[in-house]
Amino acid sequence: MFYKRAQYIALAFAAVLTVVLLNLPPGASSRLKLALGSVFLPLFGLAGSASTFVDRASWALIPKKVAIAEIHRLQRENDQLKLAAQEGADALQENQRLRQQLNWLPRSGWAGRLKPARIVGRDPTIWWRTCTIDIGSRHGVRPKLPVLTTDGLVGQTGQVTETQTQVILVGDPACGVSVHVQNETKDQGFISGSQVSVLDQSVVGVSFLQINRRILAGQTLVTSGLGSVFPRGIPVGTVLDTQIHDGLFTQARIRLAADIGRLQEVWVMLQ
Amino acid sequence: MTWLTPTLLFVVAWLAVFFQTQFHMLKLLVGTPIGLLPSLVIYTALTHGIGLSAAFSIVCALWLDALSPARLGTSIPPLFFLGFFIHLRQHLILRDQLYAQFWLGLGAGIGVPLVTLCLLNIGGKELIVGWGTTWQLMVSGLANGILCPLWFWFFDKLRLTFEYQPLATPPFRPDREIKYGRH
Repeated sequence: MFYKRAQYIALAFAAVLTVVLLNLPPGASSRLKLALGSVFLPLFGLAGSASTFVDRASWALIPKKVAIAEIHRLQRENDQLKLAAQEGADALQENQRLRQQLNWLPRSGWAGRLKPARIVGRDPTIWWRTCTIDIGSRHGVRPKLPVLTTDGLVGQTGQVTETQTQVILVGDPACGVSVHVQNETKDQGFISGSQVSVLDQSVVGVSFLQINRRILAGQTLVTSGLGSVFPRGIPVGTVLDTQIHDGLFTQARIRLAADIGRLQEVWVMLQ
Repeated sequence: MTWLTPTLLFVVAWLAVFFQTQFHMLKLLVGTPIGLLPSLVIYTALTHGIGLSAAFSIVCALWLDALSPARLGTSIPPLFFLGFFIHLRQHLILRDQLYAQFWLGLGAGIGVPLVTLCLLNIGGKELIVGWGTTWQLMVSGLANGILCPLWFWFFDKLRLTFEYQPLATPPFRPDREIKYGRH
């Protein structure tokens, strides 16, 4: 009798708890989530320290000859990048001058607003594409900021705690990106999570492109700047193939420029 | 030392949830993060009381939801009902048999994500689902099928090593003793 009563109590408790938790206001729910997630902070810290230790140990194992060759290569690359940056600065000045003459608003650059971050965890479920980075509100991060690598767009920031931030990756249904193809017609499209490959994280779909024959495999896509999250011109990916959807618009499959499956470090674009 | 196995179960679950967020190379290799919780819930339901079994599945579900974008509480029904029904049918399950452990783990590894998917769909959440999901469910089922007997082996061994064992009843019965001499 007592045994049966215990079962009923457990069942009732689980049911009530589920109903209460699912009906909590979003603010209270996210605060409770943060409190529960803080149980894992020691493990995240331990994993971060272990990763740093392994990195440093591997540096110690690199032969001096290889390290010097790498330094020379980086110096050469640095020189080339300095020259490219000078050229870019000249072009930017010219652009700003012309904008002033036309009474256009100055275009804000984003290169100086990037904050590096390390990936410390990934989504434990199969239904979404998110990851966690090791910087949070303490470092100036807030929700809906662009996240990228030197290769291209990665996603946008989601829930932010003091020391960690959830990044919603491109391809997740919650991360819509307006893009345009870099061809003569600058066809615009939209990346949503509806046509992504479940197993291959690097392939996503672009919808609502105009029906024309100018979108070809190999063409690159960049962010269009529409919407309030992503600035214009961040590389997104390359067109793999296209098909016309019900005679209404063109759909394209693209390979993302940033290797989302193998990310280690990212940049968060602060405001 | 009856607290040892329950404590260790919670520690293993804590680590299991954390490991689900790490080892992305394994995730890239098999195409899915491997969730170990269904097989752990099966072990708990078959070896412990309803109180601990329910508490275990609820705590595991809350930890999992805390690290995923799911709404808090989404994972409670699949994990709780798995533990609850296994506990109800405890007397019918051959818990010591390897094949029973394997099939239970396999079923739970497929069933728990499927029920979660249904709940999320009912809640109107947009999810990444396609033909690849079938593969992910198969991998999850197989991993839990293999891990379930391993949990039984590991925790039973631990219990045998650290917990007091009940004394076996000796064959000697005083009422059947043959008494010699004059009475």
